[in-house]
Amino acid sequence: MADVALRKVVKRYDDVEAVRGIDLDIADHEFIVLVGPSGCGKSTTLRMIAGLEDISDGDIMIGGDVVNDVPPKDRDIAMVFQNYALYPHMTVAENMSFGLRLKHYPKAEIKARVTEAARLLDITDLIDRKPKQLSGGQRQRVAMGRAIVRNPKVFLFDEPLSNLDAKLRVQMRIEIKKVHQKVRTTTVYVTHDQVEAMTLADRVVVMNKGRIEQIGTPNELYHRPATRFVAGFIGSPAMNFIPCRLEDVGGTLQIRLTDRIAFALPPARAARYHALPRTDKFLLGLRPEHLTEAHAHLGPGVETFDTVLDVTEPMGMETLVYFGLEGTPVCGRVDPNAGAKDGAPMRLAMDLNNMHLLNEDTGVVL
Amino acid sequence: MSTLAIDKGGPRRKVKYGSMSRDRAWALRWSYFFLVLFAIFFLTPPLYMVITSLKSSAEISAATNPWWVFHPTLANYVELLTSNQFLRFFWNSSIVSLVVVVVTMLISIPAAFALARMKFWGSTTLATGVFLTYLVPDSLLFIPLFKMLALVQDITGITLLNRWYVLLFIYPTLTVPFCTWIMIGYFASIPKELDEAAIIDGASWLQTLTRIFIPVALPGLIAATIFAFTVSWAQFLYPLVFTTSIDQLVLPVGITTTLIKGDVFNWGQIMTGALLGAAPPLIIYAFLMDYYIAGLTAGATKG
Amino acid sequence: MADVVVQHARAARTTSARKGGSLHNALRRKSTVAFFLTLPLILLIALFVLYPALFSIHLASLNKSMQKFVGFGNFTFLFKRETFWMVVKQSCIFAVTAVFFKALIGFIVAHFVHNIPAKGQRKWRGMLLVPWVIPPAMSTLAWLWLFDPSYSAFNYTLSLFGIGPINWLGDAAWARFSVILVNVWYGAPFFLIMYLAALKSVPDQLYEAAAIDGANWWQKIWFITLPMMRNIIAITTLFSLIVTFANFDIVRILTSGGPLDQTQIFATYAFRVGIESNDIPLGASVSLFMVPILAVAAIFILRDVNKRGNES
Repeated sequence: MADVALRKVVKRYDDVEAVRGIDLDIADHEFIVLVGPSGCGKSTTLRMIAGLEDISDGDIMIGGDVVNDVPPKDRDIAMVFQNYALYPHMTVAENMSFGLRLKHYPKAEIKARVTEAARLLDITDLIDRKPKQLSGGQRQRVAMGRAIVRNPKVFLFDEPLSNLDAKLRVQMRIEIKKVHQKVRTTTVYVTHDQVEAMTLADRVVVMNKGRIEQIGTPNELYHRPATRFVAGFIGSPAMNFIPCRLEDVGGTLQIRLTDRIAFALPPARAARYHALPRTDKFLLGLRPEHLTEAHAHLGPGVETFDTVLDVTEPMGMETLVYFGLEGTPVCGRVDPNAGAKDGAPMRLAMDLNNMHLLNEDTGVVL
Repeated sequence: MSTLAIDKGGPRRKVKYGSMSRDRAWALRWSYFFLVLFAIFFLTPPLYMVITSLKSSAEISAATNPWWVFHPTLANYVELLTSNQFLRFFWNSSIVSLVVVVVTMLISIPAAFALARMKFWGSTTLATGVFLTYLVPDSLLFIPLFKMLALVQDITGITLLNRWYVLLFIYPTLTVPFCTWIMIGYFASIPKELDEAAIIDGASWLQTLTRIFIPVALPGLIAATIFAFTVSWAQFLYPLVFTTSIDQLVLPVGITTTLIKGDVFNWGQIMTGALLGAAPPLIIYAFLMDYYIAGLTAGATKG
Repeated sequence: MADVVVQHARAARTTSARKGGSLHNALRRKSTVAFFLTLPLILLIALFVLYPALFSIHLASLNKSMQKFVGFGNFTFLFKRETFWMVVKQSCIFAVTAVFFKALIGFIVAHFVHNIPAKGQRKWRGMLLVPWVIPPAMSTLAWLWLFDPSYSAFNYTLSLFGIGPINWLGDAAWARFSVILVNVWYGAPFFLIMYLAALKSVPDQLYEAAAIDGANWWQKIWFITLPMMRNIIAITTLFSLIVTFANFDIVRILTSGGPLDQTQIFATYAFRVGIESNDIPLGASVSLFMVPILAVAAIFILRDVNKRGNES
């Protein structure tokens, strides 16, 4: 068990910078998820922590020691790969014990550790099978078992669930969480799936174009995104971004979305945005769940407007409605019984208490 | 009228429905017919070897139906398998082929591992060079090699010509390039994550090779081994040029040069010898056909 | 306290020392390891392939006793010999005809094997590949015996129909035919296997789509099978061209180039001149004439193999 720290880590391939100076402190026992679109440098970062890639610049520390030039086997880490990377010619037990056997651990201890890991992952019955005879989920467990038996300082997961089907993915997600609760090993987990990131992580690191956009707990990222990228990346369906302007009308601060639609900001928001220049272009960031059907008992700061729906998507417990505001596609979430129909007019309510205001040019959340 | 209507409605439908499967059935029958024809063409010589090998010299020279054995005898087999000379050929062939297989593997596997996994200066050129070497035929090199051996013999005083062991150096030129090439292909098809997992598990490159790559690429290794063996066993030109004394000959050369004595052809013995000479590759083929075929087809894909 | 401080200092020093040194070391080690792993291969190719090939050029420029440099003397000598031009012509006819029929038979038989139910295919494939497995020197002996003029099984069979006897290996035309026949017999199974593997790699959906589009059987072959197999056909054909062109065993055992050099090809002629007549420079010159044709074929193969590699 150990903490991990990255100090201005850079990775250059020829003239391309894949990772552009990352600072990250991972506490002991923490479960960190690196998330971002493909090519954002998250896998490269993980592979640098593993020692599978050289570091172009900066330092990586595991348990306080700089490990830049320490070969992977001496870093005391374990890694779970996307395609599991199980040795096809070895049984499950042999796969799990390979690392220990290379280090010449006593037979009894190897056996004890393998048995323990197999019990933990519920694969005791499969111990003598070859990977070919296992299902995707079982292979995934073996890959985790191989990491666990090593009892390493750090677990590294490289998109471990992306080869599984949707149902199994949810199941294995819970499994990984349970295992982490039991073994409490510091974990760095890479995924492109924001749901996985949100559900698993103690803290999520959102990466984009080789840089860290934001680090925070899942709730922080969801409710207080720092940038447009994070705001748009976290949450599904994604946050709406509606071009808007700030206006002073009769001493109150108004937000104008279209010629027809403008709302007075709630007092708390008005106070926060008061000093912003009125000439700047802004984006109103609003999650679909804060754009619902209008009804009789709306609280303060919830404003209604009329629109015509383009498409509706009944999801069962809610219905997603899509419409346009001056050409900007917008998504809302309404009650399935609210009577939303394709092409029909509807009165919707915007909860401005949960709005975000972004600078359109810089993408910063204000 | 009514019967006519039924006739019209019923059969027409039937014909349409049945025509696909009837075409199929005919296609299948023709396929089998031609396959039998080609099988006869392909198998006649080996079968004729068997037939002749079971005949006595008297029966061979008698004007009876050559396609049938009237008085089967194992005399040819007994005579060859008790002849020191023939056993000597067999022994020479065996020892040469087996040593060449081992040498080939010792050269090919490490080289293929390096070329498939360690990018180093000139590695792509070397891989291309290996493939080109595979295309260099024996008939291009036998004369300079012969002269080279003669020169080395003159300079060092070590007898190289007319010694079977010189084939141990020469045959690998025929086996190593192809074996390296297909092993590169097999090694390259192993997912990169597998060696990364091994590295993280603490394996050195040697351990990665011996405990991961070789076992995982075992089918390729078997295919390469079979190839190396059959090529060494069948090679005819080099031993014909480099060896002349009877005790130094390998099977193909031994049979063609010693059993054919002038114009006197002892066909019973020649066929028996040829059959015994063809036996080892055939037996390997019978048991490991799939590997044999995998090796054949692997050559056409890039490593 | 002091201990702790010292330890810290040491740790810091070792890490910083590592940084410069071992990364370079690791890099150097990896390429050094790779070099040693490939060294035996490089030595083998250099000593027993590359060197002899160059040595051959040197040899070809000497006179028979190898005392004197004659430049292109051997080549001009060969150009003036009718036999040599016959060898060139025969080698080309031999290679082209044999490869064409190997490819044709291989293609046809591959289709027949592909047509029959899958569980029987293995057995048939196994039988049909036998000629390729038997060492050619051994199987050619069987052919030699089948062609035997007086006791020959072929002539006996033909005599039942009132034909013959045919002087299979004694008559120039028949001898050429026989040599090509044996080569086709030996090489066709190789094509069969390659084509069968290629056929299997064509997805069934393509044929089903073509059937729905109304293609008949030859349209399926022309528009789907052949384009999909084009690369493998090219590689196999070029490869076989090299092997057939440079063939030695079959002609040597069947006719030794006879009658009157009428079936002599490059390899056997080089053997006759260089080894049997002991004119090594002239033999080397004959061999060298194969190089241009082999090189062209090799370049095309390399191109196709690379293309294939990039596709997959």
